[in-house]
Amino acid sequence: MHMPLEDTLGLNLLAANTHQAEHNNEHFQSWNLICFNLMSSPGAGKTALLERSLPSLARELNLAVLEGDMTTQLDAERLEAVGIPVVPITTGRACHLDAAMVSGGLKLLQQRLDPAALDLLLVENVGNLVCPAEFDVGEHHKVALLSVTEGDDKPLKYPLMFRNADVVLITKVDLLPHLPVDLDAIRSNILSINPDATVIEVSALNGEGLEAWHRWVRQALAQRKSPTPALATG
Amino acid sequence: MHEVDMTKCLLISLNEWRDRREDTSAMVQTVHLDVGRFTCVEPDQLVTTYNAAVQGSWLAGSRLTIKEIPFIGRCLSCYGTYDPVPENAYRSPCCDHPLDEIVSGRELRIRSINYRSDSGAALQSVPIQRQR
Repeated sequence: MHMPLEDTLGLNLLAANTHQAEHNNEHFQSWNLICFNLMSSPGAGKTALLERSLPSLARELNLAVLEGDMTTQLDAERLEAVGIPVVPITTGRACHLDAAMVSGGLKLLQQRLDPAALDLLLVENVGNLVCPAEFDVGEHHKVALLSVTEGDDKPLKYPLMFRNADVVLITKVDLLPHLPVDLDAIRSNILSINPDATVIEVSALNGEGLEAWHRWVRQALAQRKSPTPALATG
Repeated sequence: MHEVDMTKCLLISLNEWRDRREDTSAMVQTVHLDVGRFTCVEPDQLVTTYNAAVQGSWLAGSRLTIKEIPFIGRCLSCYGTYDPVPENAYRSPCCDHPLDEIVSGRELRIRSINYRSDSGAALQSVPIQRQR
C-alpha cells in the first residue's frame, strides 16, 4: 500500500557543499596552513592587490594561489609573473567557486608542490558579490574587497557579502581625490552591517595601507593553530 | 545562476535520503524548503531550476515548495527585534545600533519531504494522517 508519509529533515540546503568545505578545511589543518577566500565584484582589484602584496609577503611566508576565473587564465598568468605558484580553476559558466572546485584545485596544487610547506593559501574567487557569499570553500577567513569607484552604497546593496567577511579591504583609495565618494560612508555602511569586520583602506597602485593589510595577515597566521577554525556558519 | 548549484546540492541530499531509506519505491510528492530573506536565493528561480532538473529522474513529478522566513535582527542596546532595511543601513530603528544578532533570515533548510511508499515508515517518517 502506498502510504502518504512525511520525513522531517531539517538539513541545510547546501549540506553537500558544506560537507566538501569541511573536508577541504581538514586538509588545510593537516597541512598547517591558513586559507583566505578573496571575494569582490569584477574589477575591484583582487588580482592587483595580490600582484602588489604577495611578492612582499613571500619574503617571509610560503604562499600559493588558487585562481578562479570563468573563462580565461589571464589572472593566473599575472600572478605567475610575480613568482607565486598559481593553480587556475576555470569555472566555465559558474559564477563562483564551490568547495568541490577548490578540492579539484587542491589536487592539482599537490602535483606542483607540497602543501604542508605552505603558510598561506589564497583562493581568488570569481568576481561576483552575490553567489560566492553563500558557498564556503573551507576557508579560515573571508576577505571582501570593495573599490572606491563602486560607490558608498555597495555594502547596502550586497549586504550578505559584507556581513560574512572577516576583513573588508577598501581598494583604489589613490583615486579618492578624483571621485565624489564618501570614504566615511563606505566604512560606516560596512560596519553597520558587520560591526565585527576589520576595515582596511588600501591602494595597490601606491602601496598605501598594504602594511596594515599585511599585519592583519600575520595576525591571522599567528592564530592558525586555534582549535576552532572560523568556518562561516549559516 | 547559483540557484543551479543550490539545486544540485538539494538533489544530492535527496538522493542520499533515498539511499538511507533503502527504499526504491519512495515517490516524492513535495519537498518543503525554508528560505530566509537574508540569503542569496530567489525562491521562484529555485523552483524553476528544480522543475527542470528533476525531469526524467526519480523525482520527476515532485513539487518544491518554499516558505520564506523573514529577516529579523535583534538590537543589542535594547534587545528589541526589528526588520533590518537598507534604507537604515540595516541598523536598529530604536537605538540606531549596527546589525549584531540575526534572529532569522539566514535559513536555507530542507524542512521535510512528503512522499508515498509501499515499504512502510522508516527513519523519522510520520504518516501524514497521524499528524493531523
